[in-house]
Amino acid sequence: MNKSVYSSQTTDKPSKRHLITVLVDNEPGVLARVVGMFSGRGYNIDSLNVAEVVTNDHLSCITIVTHGTDEVVDLIRKQLNTIVPVHSVNDFQDQESAVEAEVALVYLYLEENNKKESYKICDIYRARKIENENNTTIFEIAGTSERIDSFISDIEKICKIEIVRSGPIAISSLLRE
Amino acid sequence: MEKLSGSEIVIKSLIDQGVDTVFGYPGGAVLPIYDSLFKQNSIKHFLVRQEAGAIHAAEGYAKSSSKIGVVLVTSGPGATNIVTGLTDAIMDSVPIVCITGQVPQHLIGSDAFQECDTTGITRPCTKHNYLVKDVNQLSEVFHEAFKIAKNGKPGPVLIDIPKDVQFALGHYKKPETITIQNHRLFQPKIINNDNKVEEATKLISESRKPIFYIGGGCINSGNDASDLVREFVKLTGAPATMTLMGLGVCAASNSQSLGMLGMHGMYEANLAMHECDVMINIGARFDDRVTGRLDAFSPNSKKIHIDIEASNINKNVKVDIPIVGDVKQIVTKLISSWKKNNYSIDKSYSNSWWEKINKWKKIDCLSFENNSDIIKPQLAIKKLFEQTKNKDTFITTEVGQHQMWAAQYYKFEKPNRWITSGGLGTMGFGMPAAIGAQIANPEALVIDIAGDGSILMNIQEMSTAVQYRLPIKIFILNNEYMGMVRQWQELLHGGRYSESYMDSLPDFVKLAESFKGIGLRAKKPEELDNVIKEMINSDKPVIADIWVDKEENCFPMIQSGSAHNEMVLNNKMKQDSKSKEKGKILV
Repeated sequence: MNKSVYSSQTTDKPSKRHLITVLVDNEPGVLARVVGMFSGRGYNIDSLNVAEVVTNDHLSCITIVTHGTDEVVDLIRKQLNTIVPVHSVNDFQDQESAVEAEVALVYLYLEENNKKESYKICDIYRARKIENENNTTIFEIAGTSERIDSFISDIEKICKIEIVRSGPIAISSLLRE
Repeated sequence: MEKLSGSEIVIKSLIDQGVDTVFGYPGGAVLPIYDSLFKQNSIKHFLVRQEAGAIHAAEGYAKSSSKIGVVLVTSGPGATNIVTGLTDAIMDSVPIVCITGQVPQHLIGSDAFQECDTTGITRPCTKHNYLVKDVNQLSEVFHEAFKIAKNGKPGPVLIDIPKDVQFALGHYKKPETITIQNHRLFQPKIINNDNKVEEATKLISESRKPIFYIGGGCINSGNDASDLVREFVKLTGAPATMTLMGLGVCAASNSQSLGMLGMHGMYEANLAMHECDVMINIGARFDDRVTGRLDAFSPNSKKIHIDIEASNINKNVKVDIPIVGDVKQIVTKLISSWKKNNYSIDKSYSNSWWEKINKWKKIDCLSFENNSDIIKPQLAIKKLFEQTKNKDTFITTEVGQHQMWAAQYYKFEKPNRWITSGGLGTMGFGMPAAIGAQIANPEALVIDIAGDGSILMNIQEMSTAVQYRLPIKIFILNNEYMGMVRQWQELLHGGRYSESYMDSLPDFVKLAESFKGIGLRAKKPEELDNVIKEMINSDKPVIADIWVDKEENCFPMIQSGSAHNEMVLNNKMKQDSKSKEKGKILV
């Protein structure tokens, strides 16, 4: 429901996290249309991920994590559908059977006294060391956002880090015909 | 196949889309298109005096003719000047195609002269927009743009064409050779519409206090749609109220019509909305001007909502039976379901409902105290209506008190005759809209009911009207105030009239004459009839300056923050201070 001071009827409903994927024609300005709809109508974007997924047909998938009441997210879904280059909108909150993953790259500020322990934590989380020309320690970790959160909180206790994250993406795990 | 230049493709696309009228203003980045325009005879171009006038004229043209309005302007300031009109058109669902010139591609992004990010600026105020970089895509883009403008919920579409693309040679494709992918056009996605229709008719047949709440969607769905809505309203015997945009769908003279609802709507319409047990919303969107305080909006009713736009469902008000689709299609289904099931609303219930409504009607919420020395604005509209009701008349308005008085006192019998800026509330809309309506309906009488504030916002278009011999009539209710602002300041801000008095207004009679139009004036009630008569009978553009009571307020009124059953009928009834404080925050 809207946030007007005409107190609306359903403001006390719980706000939930929703992961929405939007399949779009990969044409100029399409991301701005989608993102602009969110900012213009006062909805939130917690994370955003975009990449072309079907090269031949020039289709891109935009994955957005947002939060709101069911009513608000329903409006978001319907608003997205009004955008001309949008093919389909999928709200993974509706589907139990979805697989979600995120990638993070972590730079570790290693020192002699935390080296061993840091490697151990990376090992536990199956983070993979990425070789690079400068020989610095950069790890890649993939998995659910919670798993990455938990990795960060563990490693940060013993080692200074710098981190970038892709934001989650998701796919339905249902059997395809 | 022969190659054409981009600008020739533009003209060919327009012709193949059935366009014969374009509103525009030339400039550096559209010169090639203006050159191609010069070399042909199928499309007539109307030169406005400022780009805002072009797009409002296109809106007036579209609203009065059910065609698509076409606008042609240059890059930079040409494009930014139409942003208000685009927003107006998207708010009121007016089908418009705008062509803007753009600097050549190699200059894009260099802050070139008259460059602006047109597609970026207009993205939120168009249904869709394009920057065409390849001349071979130009015709496809045009044909898709015309389809999108009219398809589903109509709206504005913009095509930005860099100057080098206008010169480049390419191939033209005819509309019938183009395929538009399904997802790019509107399709009702609700599958079990038919079940919903059955549910809806059953609910209506079991109702005791039903009401139709009719909006502009019925008008956008075409003339047949209004006829069907009238038929269904008649079948059920239920009362019907219309939004500002829906005026004319049901004839004002029809006994079931309660007139307009909302902030300045009829007392009986608003109270009936508050008390009803079943609400049938056809093509309206629960706008805040209509609902008033949402948590007290029609608290005991089941709501049916027919809208072509799924995103309007449950946006402001939660409804019980949503039906997504075109009014014409859905109401046809409602009628056949009603007839098939032999439904009717129980006579005893409907009698007591009408008894109640008739009691509210007796309040006579549009009554006003007449005065023998000063012209009451309400009287001016009433007299105007009396003298024009039997003619083929189109009314446009600006925005403010005069607009509400026009909506209340001018009685519309047919759809498409009332052309006003509802959603955006754009002052300066009325005169260019009248120009567009006059061009679409050369034989008709087109009157812009205006205020002294609004008319000055696009007064330059008087020159356009004179140039093309368009005999539009500007009927100014002149109170030397921004009347609606003054009214709100009186009611909500302790009578502190901050910047709402119009010092040094022009002499509107001389102003009209300086444009080579006709200027008339009425200062006293007894002069009114003659001035109106003279205005109507003139075959030239006329400005009639009607001096009205300066401090008259527009009533009835639901003050912001109040509910339908808390209407204020006159100056003596004041809102309580608590809801006044709350209402101050709102617009």
